[in-house]
Amino acid sequence: MKISIVHLIRIIRHGWKNIWLHKLRSFLTVLGIVFGVASVIAMLAIGEGASYEARKMIESLGSNNIIIRSVKIPSDSKSSQASFLGVYGLTDRDLRKIETIPSVVRTIPAWEMEEDVWYHEKKITAKVIGTLPEYQEALNLSIKTGRFFNYNDLQKNLPSAVIGSTVRTSLFPTEDPVGKTIKIKSTYFTIIGIAGEKVFAGASESFVAEDMNIAVYVPVSTTRDFFGQYEVKRGTGGIMSWERNWVQYHRFVVQVSDTEKILVTSSLISDILSQTHKKQDYQIMVPLELLRQAEKTKKIFNIVLGSIAAISLIVGGIGIMNIMLAIVTERTREIGIRRAVGARKRDIINQFLTEAVILSASGGFIGIIVGILIPKAVTRFAGMTTLVTPLSIIISFTISVAVGIGFGLYPARKAAGLDPIQALRYE
Amino acid sequence: MDQNNNIITFENITKVYHLGGVDIAVLRGVSCEIKKGENVAIMGPSGSGKTTMLNIIGCLDRATSGRYFLENRDISKLEDDALSEIRSKKIGFIFQSYNLIPQLNVLENIEMPLFYQQVDEKKTREKAIELARIVGLEDRIKHRPSELSGGQQQRVAIARALMNDPVLILADEPTGNLDSVSGREIMTLLCELNEKGTTLIIVTHDAGIAKYAKKTLTMLDGKILNEN
Repeated sequence: MKISIVHLIRIIRHGWKNIWLHKLRSFLTVLGIVFGVASVIAMLAIGEGASYEARKMIESLGSNNIIIRSVKIPSDSKSSQASFLGVYGLTDRDLRKIETIPSVVRTIPAWEMEEDVWYHEKKITAKVIGTLPEYQEALNLSIKTGRFFNYNDLQKNLPSAVIGSTVRTSLFPTEDPVGKTIKIKSTYFTIIGIAGEKVFAGASESFVAEDMNIAVYVPVSTTRDFFGQYEVKRGTGGIMSWERNWVQYHRFVVQVSDTEKILVTSSLISDILSQTHKKQDYQIMVPLELLRQAEKTKKIFNIVLGSIAAISLIVGGIGIMNIMLAIVTERTREIGIRRAVGARKRDIINQFLTEAVILSASGGFIGIIVGILIPKAVTRFAGMTTLVTPLSIIISFTISVAVGIGFGLYPARKAAGLDPIQALRYE
Repeated sequence: MDQNNNIITFENITKVYHLGGVDIAVLRGVSCEIKKGENVAIMGPSGSGKTTMLNIIGCLDRATSGRYFLENRDISKLEDDALSEIRSKKIGFIFQSYNLIPQLNVLENIEMPLFYQQVDEKKTREKAIELARIVGLEDRIKHRPSELSGGQQQRVAIARALMNDPVLILADEPTGNLDSVSGREIMTLLCELNEKGTTLIIVTHDAGIAKYAKKTLTMLDGKILNEN
């Protein structure tokens, strides 16, 4: 006789009743499954979140880019006494050399300065970036209104500026900024465009190491005209402790022709730079490499947490098996009675297997709820991005049901194998 | 085998248990016939094999050798599932210790046999209520067995045994745990059922109970001593 859906629902209802009869015992039994499932979901959510961040980051830095940053070496005591003016960082010579590498499509230099930007009485401390028009395309900058500066602006050293979204909202909360004039140091710039907002998820901001929303982009020729190539950092002990450095470029964005060639190119760049730079006053950053690292971290993370989850699911399964064996013994007489009134072995197996699966599935259900809450807490308190995927919920619920079947089968078969006569006599 | 009016035919049935390497013969060649609608008592001292005989009749146990015909069908070689189906469709059991399921209420206990026949829930419920009424427990249907007296519990067991419209009711010491008043009520109920046509076989060692039966098989040492 095949089991109809209606009958199956009745079996499940009866099973649920029996489990509900011993609420505490059932709850304690399923705890292992709860932890197992919760850790599976939380693990996948945290792993997914990390790789989501990495993807976001690589998107904002460009997957085919290599970024080289100038790094100031903390001057040792001798040189700081000897020279007032420090020199470090990337130069035009570096730029020309890097461009000789065949796989390099283009190298876009950028000069940067932290400076107050004024509009009437309002001011914001922004990052002024002097660069080339290609910078926009290379870093996937979107333009919300107006335009990015072009070679015309560059060649004529025009004081044209493109502002980031944060600059816009703090200086021009209500007005349209395009065409307005802002003041940086003593120079007036005309706003020609507004960059679209770049959204950074959680910790990726620190990876990117700059907030592109708080930037002002201007032609590099213009910055050289008005600000020169010095950077001045105010010290704490009056004018004599100010630190002046000569820096030609703070950053190169190197566009590589092919993703496959990125690693080779970056090591070539490293070789080239190490020939001319005695101290390593630069840092090479490969977004793609960061992504790979994030993926690798995610993998290790998945293996570690995956084994924890597997162990707790096995322990949970053993817990269920244990309690099901106890239940079978406890209800031996009931099994005898059911057999006497016509239950086949199969019916007994169905009954006890159903109870085991109900146990494990309820554990799975509670585990899913806990597993969704844990990543939320992680996001809230650790600031990490987490992503609960529907797939992880489906997988972990399936696993919990499978655990119920796997560990419930033996007790159920044991119940069905009981001799009805012996079972009826059992005290 | 010819068609006849027998519901049960035993042909030289034996039953041997293997206990710790030792063979114990409980039935040593039992042959008998029980006709449809008969009211039979099986008597005998402890260990005479009467309960084993009842278990074999009820398809809970299988004979070691010999042939058993139920309604002229040889069932001595049937598989476990087939025996379950016979119990489900044709037989009602009544036990000395009632054997109700403690976590189910009266109605759910009565309904159980039809659960395994996958009969519609509503029909099952109606029938169970009707049977509860017949055994005089219609005001107790939501009670648990532990809230009932022994006599009431045995009535629930009888209602359960009737749930599948059995052709055969098998009762193993049905009054063994009851006081004489309740015992008489139970016997009266069973005899009423027998008069309506259901074959009734009662195992007992109480001669007072055996008097209700039309026919008595007396057993001793695994054999039928006499039949009257």
